[in-house]
Amino acid sequence: MSATTRDIAIRTRGLSKRFGALLAVDDVDLTVPRASVYGFLGPNGSGKSTTIRMLCGLLTPTSGDIVVLGLRIPEQAEALRLCIGYMTQRFSLFEDLSLRENLEFLAAVQGLPRRAARARVDALVVRFDFADREKQLAGTLSGGQKQRLALACAVIHEPELLFLDEPTSAVDPESRREFWETLFDLADAGTTILVSTHLMDEAERCHRIAILDHGALVADGTPRELAAALAGRTVEVVAALPRRAQQALAGVPGVLSVAQVGNNLRVLTAGGGDGSARIAAALKEAGLAAEVMASTPSMEDVFVAATHGRDTPGVRAA
Amino acid sequence: MKSRRLFAIVLKELRQLRRDRMTLAMIVGIPVMQLLLFGYAINFNLRGLSTGIADMANTAGSRALVMDMVATGVIAPTASARTPQELMELIRLGRISIGVVVPPDFERRLIDGREAVQVLVDGSDSNVQAAAAQLAQVPLQSQAFGSARAPAVSVVGFYNPERRTAVNIVPGLIGVILTMTMVLFTAVAIVRERERGNLELLIATPVTRSELMFGKVLPYVAIGLVQTTVVLLLGVWLFEVPIRGGVLDVYLAAVLLILANLTLGLLISTRAKSQFQAMQMSFFLFLPSIFLSGFMFPFAGMPMIMQWLAEVLPLTHFLRLIRGVMLRGAGLFELWPELLALVAFIVVMMTVAILGFRKRLD
Repeated sequence: MSATTRDIAIRTRGLSKRFGALLAVDDVDLTVPRASVYGFLGPNGSGKSTTIRMLCGLLTPTSGDIVVLGLRIPEQAEALRLCIGYMTQRFSLFEDLSLRENLEFLAAVQGLPRRAARARVDALVVRFDFADREKQLAGTLSGGQKQRLALACAVIHEPELLFLDEPTSAVDPESRREFWETLFDLADAGTTILVSTHLMDEAERCHRIAILDHGALVADGTPRELAAALAGRTVEVVAALPRRAQQALAGVPGVLSVAQVGNNLRVLTAGGGDGSARIAAALKEAGLAAEVMASTPSMEDVFVAATHGRDTPGVRAA
Repeated sequence: MKSRRLFAIVLKELRQLRRDRMTLAMIVGIPVMQLLLFGYAINFNLRGLSTGIADMANTAGSRALVMDMVATGVIAPTASARTPQELMELIRLGRISIGVVVPPDFERRLIDGREAVQVLVDGSDSNVQAAAAQLAQVPLQSQAFGSARAPAVSVVGFYNPERRTAVNIVPGLIGVILTMTMVLFTAVAIVRERERGNLELLIATPVTRSELMFGKVLPYVAIGLVQTTVVLLLGVWLFEVPIRGGVLDVYLAAVLLILANLTLGLLISTRAKSQFQAMQMSFFLFLPSIFLSGFMFPFAGMPMIMQWLAEVLPLTHFLRLIRGVMLRGAGLFELWPELLALVAFIVVMMTVAILGFRKRLD
């Protein structure tokens, strides 16, 4: 095994998927290091699920190469299935089986011997705090419980690589925090996790993220690197009439986006030149009193810059 | 194929089935209902047809003839009329199914050997017509010969052209019921999981296509045998159907039909896009099975091309097997061509179902 397959869990080159006229995934080059939490950030329909399905061998790419855990996909998908866990976007466990029956079924299907399966199910029931719900039908669990059960089932065979497709979409913030703590435990234990999300705070937690927009990879790197690349391009505007100020800034050249946060405005500029000065001038011209100051780029800025600012120099950190 | 995974799928199916009250009720309910419905509806003689009588002769002879006809129980006088025209009007209105006309010169016609009585029939129901045709002949002959010992009037098996009785229907019913329920069970099996999203999870696991397919089929074999038993027991108790051959042979034949239908259902399930579509496809196959297999109509009367078509249906072969075993006391293996046909059907269906199923979403 070469050095790359030891350090790299997933590598794609020129990965594309076309559904009829729609190019769902467009020439994606991806490198996911092992034992890390790698985030896929993108709006709905940006190709996150399609990419994950291709990586698991569930969809055949229209073109491009995929190597996952040293296996060529889709050709060696069957071998890959022994060492991956996959949590689908939609709850896909059996609602008419009890929580424990679901775990038992997955353990058996994943090929755990009987004795080991029983021990593993017992351990997961304790670890995921299901002790009083073992007999409950999965269909009657709450959103957060279903999601925990789905994760427990996905890791039942202790896979090397875990694909999670928007795992927290139907879950309250408290459950989301717990869920992410579990993910970091798994990553610490050596599991590589690829998780898709459309939530900024989740993306921020990842070791590395890739931003997808209309099927194309528009940014990737660590959250810190991506934010650093935006230094000087984010501006905070404190205005008495924030809505009016937002309207005034809408057409100003070099302004990529203006978002209201409380009474303030967060402005993302295209960079190059003095953005702040132009903003101040535009506000003055509109006769609006405002204070303009530089601010630290957030994940949302990174996302907006990557998805709206495709005509400007791309955000691509090493 | 690993037995551990296969067993896991079988267990999962059984557990799901246990919680599906509707389906559980159907497993026993359908055979019982069908047997009672078909058993009684198809087999018992047509009786109590509403009849109008116009006895224009009104002689001792004509009254005796009418009484004889009524005594058969096939007709029940519900209206009287004076002229054939009145009877025709009653038939047109649907008030009566049969009209009996005794002309004024009844006695004279009898002596002359001409037709003495006319039976008017509502031909919109072919079964009624058949019944009436026989009704019209028998009593007249007895009158014509003036015999005191008129032969018993019997009107049998109108609804089935071969004049088979309950004895012949019940064994076939095993096949019809199994065809109806088994195909549907597996027809929805895969597509339901596709609809519910379970399939995406399943195909991302190491489970193989064969494990999945066999795991879906096996639990329902047991259920098919339960249904077979229900029909057999009711058939023996209610309709006194004999089992002249070996009981084991009956079950062996049933297992083959069950497997044939389950694998056919599985094939449907791998092709259908939704549960509704799967049900439509099942139904589309169900009707030809009933009509072409020889259950409803005699096989020999069908055009050649229909006979060939019928040879493809598992029910056709099962009917020959089960009638042979249950009614003629034949050994199952003496009927080996039918056995072979069923086995071939099962192998082909299962193979196509497995090969046609991809562990892919595209």
